[in-house]
Amino acid sequence: MKFSLSWLKEHLETSASIEEISAKLVSLGLEVEGIEDPAAKLSAFTIAEVLTAERHPQADKLQVLSVSTGSGEPMQVVCGAPNARAGMKGVFGAPGTFVPGSGITLKVAAIRGVESRGMMCSMRELELSEEHDGVIELPADAPVGGRYVDWAGLSDPVFDVAITPNRQDCMGVRGIARDLAAGGLGRLKSLAEAYRIETLAVARAGAGPDIRTDDPAGCPAFLACSVNGVSNGPSHPWLQQKLRAIGQKPISALVDITNFIMFDLGRPLHVYDRAKLSGALVARKAKAGEQVLALNGKTYAVDETMTVIADDDDVHDIGGIMGGAHSGCSETTTDVLIECAYFDPESIARTGQKLLLTSDARTRFERGVDPAFLDDGLAIATHLVLALCGGTASEISRAGQAPVEMRTVQYRPARVLGLVGIDVAEDEQEAILTRLGFGVTRGSPWSVTVPTWRRDVGVAGATESWDGEADLVEEVVRIHGLDRVVSTPLARAEGVALPTATPAQKLERRVRRVLAARGNHEAVTWSFLPPAQADAFGGAAWTLENPISTDMAAMRPSLLPGLLAAVKRNADRGQSSVRLFELGQRYLADGEHASAALVLAGEAQARGWQTGGATGFDAYDAKAEALAVLAAAGAPVDRLIVAPPANAWWHPGRSGRLVLGKAVLADFGIVHPATLAAFDVKGIVAAVEIYLDALPPARGRKSRGVYAPATLQPVTRDFAFVADDTLAADALVRAATGADKALIAGVRLFDRFAGQSLGIGKVSLAIEVTIQPIDKSLTDAEIEAVSAKVIAAAAKLGAVLRG
Amino acid sequence: MDIDTLKTDLLDQIAAAASPEALEAVRVAAMGKSGSVTALLKTLGGMSPDDRQVRGPLLNGLREAVAGALSARKIALEAEALNARLASERLDMTLPVAAAVTGSIHPVSQVMDELAEIFADLGFAVATGPEIEDDCHNFSALNIPETHPARAMHDTFYFPQEPGSDKRMLLRTHTSPVQIRTMMTQAPPIRIIAPGRTYRSDSDATHTPMFHQVEGLVIDKGITLANLKWTLETFVKAFFEVDDVTLRLRPSYFPFTEPSVEVDVGCSWEGGRLKIGGTSSWLEILGSGMVHPRVIASCGLDPEVYQGFAFGCGIDRLAMLKYGMNDLRAFFDADLRWLKHHGFSAFDVPTLSGGVGA
Repeated sequence: MKFSLSWLKEHLETSASIEEISAKLVSLGLEVEGIEDPAAKLSAFTIAEVLTAERHPQADKLQVLSVSTGSGEPMQVVCGAPNARAGMKGVFGAPGTFVPGSGITLKVAAIRGVESRGMMCSMRELELSEEHDGVIELPADAPVGGRYVDWAGLSDPVFDVAITPNRQDCMGVRGIARDLAAGGLGRLKSLAEAYRIETLAVARAGAGPDIRTDDPAGCPAFLACSVNGVSNGPSHPWLQQKLRAIGQKPISALVDITNFIMFDLGRPLHVYDRAKLSGALVARKAKAGEQVLALNGKTYAVDETMTVIADDDDVHDIGGIMGGAHSGCSETTTDVLIECAYFDPESIARTGQKLLLTSDARTRFERGVDPAFLDDGLAIATHLVLALCGGTASEISRAGQAPVEMRTVQYRPARVLGLVGIDVAEDEQEAILTRLGFGVTRGSPWSVTVPTWRRDVGVAGATESWDGEADLVEEVVRIHGLDRVVSTPLARAEGVALPTATPAQKLERRVRRVLAARGNHEAVTWSFLPPAQADAFGGAAWTLENPISTDMAAMRPSLLPGLLAAVKRNADRGQSSVRLFELGQRYLADGEHASAALVLAGEAQARGWQTGGATGFDAYDAKAEALAVLAAAGAPVDRLIVAPPANAWWHPGRSGRLVLGKAVLADFGIVHPATLAAFDVKGIVAAVEIYLDALPPARGRKSRGVYAPATLQPVTRDFAFVADDTLAADALVRAATGADKALIAGVRLFDRFAGQSLGIGKVSLAIEVTIQPIDKSLTDAEIEAVSAKVIAAAAKLGAVLRG
Repeated sequence: MDIDTLKTDLLDQIAAAASPEALEAVRVAAMGKSGSVTALLKTLGGMSPDDRQVRGPLLNGLREAVAGALSARKIALEAEALNARLASERLDMTLPVAAAVTGSIHPVSQVMDELAEIFADLGFAVATGPEIEDDCHNFSALNIPETHPARAMHDTFYFPQEPGSDKRMLLRTHTSPVQIRTMMTQAPPIRIIAPGRTYRSDSDATHTPMFHQVEGLVIDKGITLANLKWTLETFVKAFFEVDDVTLRLRPSYFPFTEPSVEVDVGCSWEGGRLKIGGTSSWLEILGSGMVHPRVIASCGLDPEVYQGFAFGCGIDRLAMLKYGMNDLRAFFDADLRWLKHHGFSAFDVPTLSGGVGA
């Protein structure tokens, strides 16, 4: 919402400075986003007089002027304006001045061989209007050498204020003036004073137009009058200037008047060309198939839920949102109908959302305009039309009734202290509410009536005694000053603060820091993916209806696609080694699942003088990371089973899934080349996905149990077995471990060899078995017995002790 | 040869022995079975007691002197050999070692941990909720009915409506639904913060369609806006690690709070760099207010008994303000160069005793 200082002062009698007004607006909750003086950019332009004007020797359409600037020698200026002539006064820009309308900085230049020092300016060059047929002509009494902005009174700072959606009343300058007056910054003038008229009543004659509302839900009230014999053209300069100051483009007197009243009073109106109407003008629900060509040049299909204004032939207006082009006013318009209606905020909001159509009128109607301001609004509009366009006004036609019943709020003044913590005296509270337009009847509780323009305060059809009370507390505190709130500590629990993190949060923190400590970088990537990338990982269960782009439509079913895309970007940026991980949600059909994922791409180890050439990542790197994370997360890693991969995006022979009982804890391995191709990633990528919400809950282990180290030395024995190379090493280790549960304390595989000497399809696996005597040292025979059990267990798997 | 000459001769030979082998040869020649010293010692047996009385100590002295010299020379030779071996083992200690890989923690995670730490001290637990929400938790229960203009402000991402369902699923536009979920399931007193991902259909230099927010909620008897101000001041002081913090409360509007306040923190700009503190300039950091009585009532609590405050704040923005990043979009690009520059060590765990400022 923009307004100029002079505009504000039409409604507010104040001597406050710009700074005071700005500070007060902020403290009232009307956030000042900027204050700009449009005249500031014109401050260098001065008033000058043309002393002589000669034909340019080289160009018919140019003149060479001698210009007096009020000091020093006259300036020679080459000028193309047809109206430039000796004796004329105008606006001069000296060399070095920036001309806003043309975007150039003036410099001394030769134009067709004649030196020109500066410029006489047109309205358009100063961005004061579109006028560019000639340079600005000033009256003879304009003081040569004076600043043009001072003489023309152009210095008029424009405030840009953010209005929160609850404050429809401040979507007009008058509402802002009312708030400032309530805040103690001046006096709110009466409407008549603001419009410089004796009375709001205008002379009316003849019957009003034929109108009615057939949709009392969507359009509860419809007022209109006609004005015949108007002449519509460019509006008066004061009106144009006001609109232009707030960035609105003047169109024609009739349109400018309705726009002005909307910005001045927050009251949208619509003016129809009566010549384009036939029969009664009716507010009704649209019929299926109806269309409106709106004033923005677009055609909208309206439906049965939407309120429109129509005559016998056509729909002329998307009620309360945008007028139709057909019956809009033009320069030839002579008879008009002024509509001042009340539209239901909810139905305006629904229609606007459905049509994806925003307008200044919708913004106001959907927030709820003052339902008691229809008569005054129509009177002021009629007054301005008569004053600026002439004509004679008809009586007012009325259809329906606006919902003007006053809401009453039960209010306990002590709630200010109770909710906000500051004590505001009851007299001050009453004064504040009264200045804001509330009606206060003291009692226990107070009974406070809400002004019709404050739809945000109280609840229509309130059911609870406290409904609306907090709204009034806010009004009181807002005017009293939030800066008077004094910080008050929250009560503190006794003792040291208790731990607050949940097990899931502690798990995530731990996993995150373990992965980072192991050399991986944490990334945060989008939760949404291009659908094709989601498809490469089983497809998205959730796809947005209105994504910001189609590349951000599919909710990720896995964290890997986002990381693979990041691998590609990093590789393109020349990163030779990429180790990225992320913690976040996967979005599956049954809901969200906390996950961690890691990708390893490029060089695992750069070439080095000790290690030789660079090495890449392999599936065991991924397995190592997965196990490290799971171990840190408290999972029993020695009980995990490595199952075959289950998903198509893994290399079928170089990946695995870590399973605990029925729970799948993680997948790891090499990403399938076809999947990588979908991401345009070259080379090999090792990856891990950890399903955090599948991990067994960490057990509280405050105490570690009794420390009881073995008293006897363990014995180790090595065994080398030859087996089919399809035998899982893990199976052999488990078999050996289980061969004597009492004595075998550990089995470790330390060598794997496949060579021609063993035969094709054979592999040698060597294990070290640790035998832990319990209560007495073992005899050779006893150790031999354990060894025999190991060999027998291996034999069941087809593994034969190597001779 | 007399004893002294022999002794001198042997000690000279021992000193001259240049290797363990030469020394051994000397030892055998002197102390071996048929060595010169051994031969002399053997003569003791055939002597008269008087002669033995005289010769015995002399010969024993010879033996001890030679044995001592042999032993000392052996140690010296071994030390020489060791020195020579070590000298031959010299390596160029300026050669580079394999660089340890160092990872990093994303600034958003780091700041979330900092928030959790600070608010834990104030008795706030960390709560979470789903990112795919329904319109009830995201809007209706927060006093934002369907036609409320605030819904348009939120630029919501929606999922297609399931046929036959009256729920509309969406990506939560703020962390405020966690307020509702907490109040519905937990009895007051409530003190929580709820950090997490949030989404709005908005994209420019300062907005990304996904961002992070932290919500704060306190519900108890007798909680006031003055408590809110203290809480936020305490938080801002701890988070930015400055004592001179001035907050400015401005009236504002959120459908789920009443009164609603926007909070600015006093700051200054020095050479284009932001400094928190003072009052020369103001920076909007969060929205807050007293929880709307209708929101409290819709969660099944009596607003005449329980009241409290809520606040919501952008985590990415907090990180940018504290750690000096200037482009929000880079947060989500996973550019290793940026992560290495702005990320945190795994060991920079924010703690109250060590400071939350990494």
